[in-house]
Amino acid sequence: MLITLASCRAQATPDGVVIDFWGMGREGEVAQQMMPEFEAEHPGVHVHVQQIPWTAAHEKLLTAYVGHASPDVAQLGNTWVPEYVALGALVPFDSLLKITPTVSATDYFPGIWATNVLSDTVYGIPWYVDTRLIFYRKDILARAGFDSPPTSWPQWMAALRAIKAREDPGAYPIYIPTNEWPPPTIFALESGSPILRDGGRYGAFDDPPFKKAFQFYLDFFRGGLAPRLGINEVGNIYQEFERGTYAMWITGPWNIGEFRRRTPPDFQSKWATAPMPGPDGAASGVSLAGGSSLVVYRASRHPREAWQLVEFLSRPEQQLKFYHLTGDLPARLETWRDTSLANDPAARAFEEQLGRVVPTPQVPEWELIATRIFDYGEQSIRGGMPADTALARLENEVNRILERRRWLLDRPTRKAGR
Amino acid sequence: MSRAPGERGEARAAWVFLAPALILITAFFFLPVVTGLALSLTDFDLYAIGHPENVRLVGGANYRALAQAPMFWSALKNTLYFAFVGAPLSVLTALAAALLLNSRLTRWKGFFRTAYFAPFVTTLVAVAIVWKYLYHPRFGLLDAALGSAGIRPVDWLGDPRWAMPAIIVVAVWRSFGYNMLIFLAGLQRIPAEMREAADLDGAGHWSRLWHVTLPQLAPTFVFVGVITAIGFFQVFAEPYVMTGGGPLNSTLSMVLYMYQEGFRWWRLGSAASIAFVLFALVLAVTMIQLAWRREET
Repeated sequence: MLITLASCRAQATPDGVVIDFWGMGREGEVAQQMMPEFEAEHPGVHVHVQQIPWTAAHEKLLTAYVGHASPDVAQLGNTWVPEYVALGALVPFDSLLKITPTVSATDYFPGIWATNVLSDTVYGIPWYVDTRLIFYRKDILARAGFDSPPTSWPQWMAALRAIKAREDPGAYPIYIPTNEWPPPTIFALESGSPILRDGGRYGAFDDPPFKKAFQFYLDFFRGGLAPRLGINEVGNIYQEFERGTYAMWITGPWNIGEFRRRTPPDFQSKWATAPMPGPDGAASGVSLAGGSSLVVYRASRHPREAWQLVEFLSRPEQQLKFYHLTGDLPARLETWRDTSLANDPAARAFEEQLGRVVPTPQVPEWELIATRIFDYGEQSIRGGMPADTALARLENEVNRILERRRWLLDRPTRKAGR
Repeated sequence: MSRAPGERGEARAAWVFLAPALILITAFFFLPVVTGLALSLTDFDLYAIGHPENVRLVGGANYRALAQAPMFWSALKNTLYFAFVGAPLSVLTALAAALLLNSRLTRWKGFFRTAYFAPFVTTLVAVAIVWKYLYHPRFGLLDAALGSAGIRPVDWLGDPRWAMPAIIVVAVWRSFGYNMLIFLAGLQRIPAEMREAADLDGAGHWSRLWHVTLPQLAPTFVFVGVITAIGFFQVFAEPYVMTGGGPLNSTLSMVLYMYQEGFRWWRLGSAASIAFVLFALVLAVTMIQLAWRREET
C-alpha cells in the first residue's frame, strides 16, 4: 500500500525529481516513514520507496541491473558491495566525501567502514551495523561457578564443560546452528585466517589458522557441548533458552528485541550479551563486520539528489530515529552516546564487539563461498566426515569457484574486477 | 517423378499456412534451446554481464563441475525421489478417484468432480503457503489432529526426513484432479457392451477391472504417465515457497538448484548445463515409458 501511495504522489508532480529508493524488509518499511522530512527539506524532490523482501533482494537487485531498471539509491548488504563493484554498477563516493560536511570515515566503526572500500575507493556509506556475539544465561553461568562471561577460548570451553557437568543431561551449554556460516567464519577470523589468500585467488582452508578454527568449531559438537541441530530444527529457541535447554547462543543484535518481546518480564534479568571470546583473550575476540550500506547507482539520472538522500539518512539524528524505529544498531559512533543506547546493557557488548570487527573476504564470490563453509562443516558435524577430508574438499571446491577470478585477475591485458 | 502444377501450388499454400506456427516455434522454442546449449558451454556469469569479452568457451567444463558438485547429486537424488514416488501416487490417486466417480452408485458426481479438480486451477504459490500453515508444528491443523490422537507433533517441513514426503503430498493433492478428468474421459469411452459381455461371462468386480477396464485405459495411462512424470521432474514452486530447498538440502530439486545457480549466484553457464541434464533425464524417462507401451501392444 505504501508503494501505491508513493507512486501516486510521484505522478502528481510531473516536473519534480523522483528518486527511487529500494529498502529491504523492515528497513524498507521504516524508510518510507523517514522520507517526508527529507522531502520537506528538498522541495521538488520526491522519494519513491520500494520495499523488497530480504529473501528475494539479491536476485531482484541483480536482475534489475541487467534489465536497466536499477533504483537511484539502494540499501545493500555490505558483503554484496564487491559484487556490484565488479559489475561497475556503483558510484564511487571519494570526491563527494571530500566536500560533504555530513559523512566522514572517522565517524564510523573502522571495521564496518572497511567493508565498503575496494581498491582504496569508497562505494557505500554504512547505514546500520550487524555482528554476532554471545547471548548467555547469567544464572546458569553463575551456578557453574563463573561470575563473568569467558573472554578466551580455553576459559570458554572450561565454562561450557562446567555447565555440562552441572545441568540436565538433556540440556546443552551452547547452541550453535549447524547451518549458519557465521560461527565457523568468526572462529577463522579470530585465529587469524584470511580465509582466502593471494588477493582472493585461492582458499586458505588448508592453512594452520583455519584448521585450528575448524577443529575448535567441531569440538563444540564432538564434546556434546552443542546439539547437532540447524536453525529451523529448534521449535522455539526463545522458549528453549528460557527453560535452560541452552545456556549460550551465538547470534545477532535483532535478538535483543526478540528476547525482550518473547520472554516474560521476570526472565529479563537472567540473560545478557557478551563479546566473542578470542583464542588468546578479549583482544583477539573479533567478529563479523556485517550490516547494510547505502549505495548510489551509476545509472541514476539524479546523482546529486541521490547523494543528498544518502547524506540525510547518515545524519546522527536520523541514525538515532532509524534505531528507534527498527532496533537496527546505528553505524555512526556519536549515535551510541545517546542515553537510549548508552544505558542499554545488552547493547554495550555490541558496542565493544563492533570495535573489533573484521570484513569477510571482499570478493564477489563470497556469498557462495560462505554457503560452502557451513556445508562442509555440517558434513563433518552431522555426516561424520573427518575434518581433514572436509577441509581438503572445501579448499578444492572453493578453488574451483575462484578459477574464474584468477583468470580475470591474471590476464596480462586488462585490469580485472571491473 | 514430376509434380503436377496444382500440387506445387498446394505445397506453397501449405508452407504459408504453416509459417506463423513455424516462426513462433523457432523464435520461442528452438532459438532459446540452441542459445541455452551454447550458454552451457561457456562460463557466462556475473563478470560477463555488460563485459562480453569476459566470456570464455569452456566446452564440457560446466558438466564436469556438476559431476563433482555434491549439491548437484543431492538435487538429482531428490528429484528422482520426488518423481518416482510422487508421479505414480498422483496417477494411482487419480485412477481411484476416476473409478469411484464413474461408478453408477456415486451421488453428486458434478460436485466431487469440481472439488477434486479445484486444486489444479488454484494458484500454486497460494496453496503452497496455505499448506505451509497446515504443516506448522505449533499452529498447524495436521499436528493438532495428530496431537489429539496422542501422537507427538512432527515438524513436517523442518525435519530432513519428513520434508520431502510433505511436499509430495502437496504435489499429489494438486495434480491428481487433472489426471482424474482424463481418466474419466477414458472410462466413458469404454463401450457399455464390453462391460455387459464381461458381466454375462460371470466376471466379478475385480476381474472386470483387471481384464476389461484397465486394458482399455492403457492409452490414457501412457498419456497421463508421461505428462505427470514430466511435470514432477520439473518441480520448483513447492520447495521454493515451502522450504527453500532445505532442511539440509533435502528438498532441493534440480530446477530449484538451477534457479539458485542462475539467479542467486548468476552463474548462467552452469545453470544452463543443469537444464540440459534435466532435459536428457526427462527425455530418457519419456522414451522408456513409450517403449513399454509399444511392447505391451
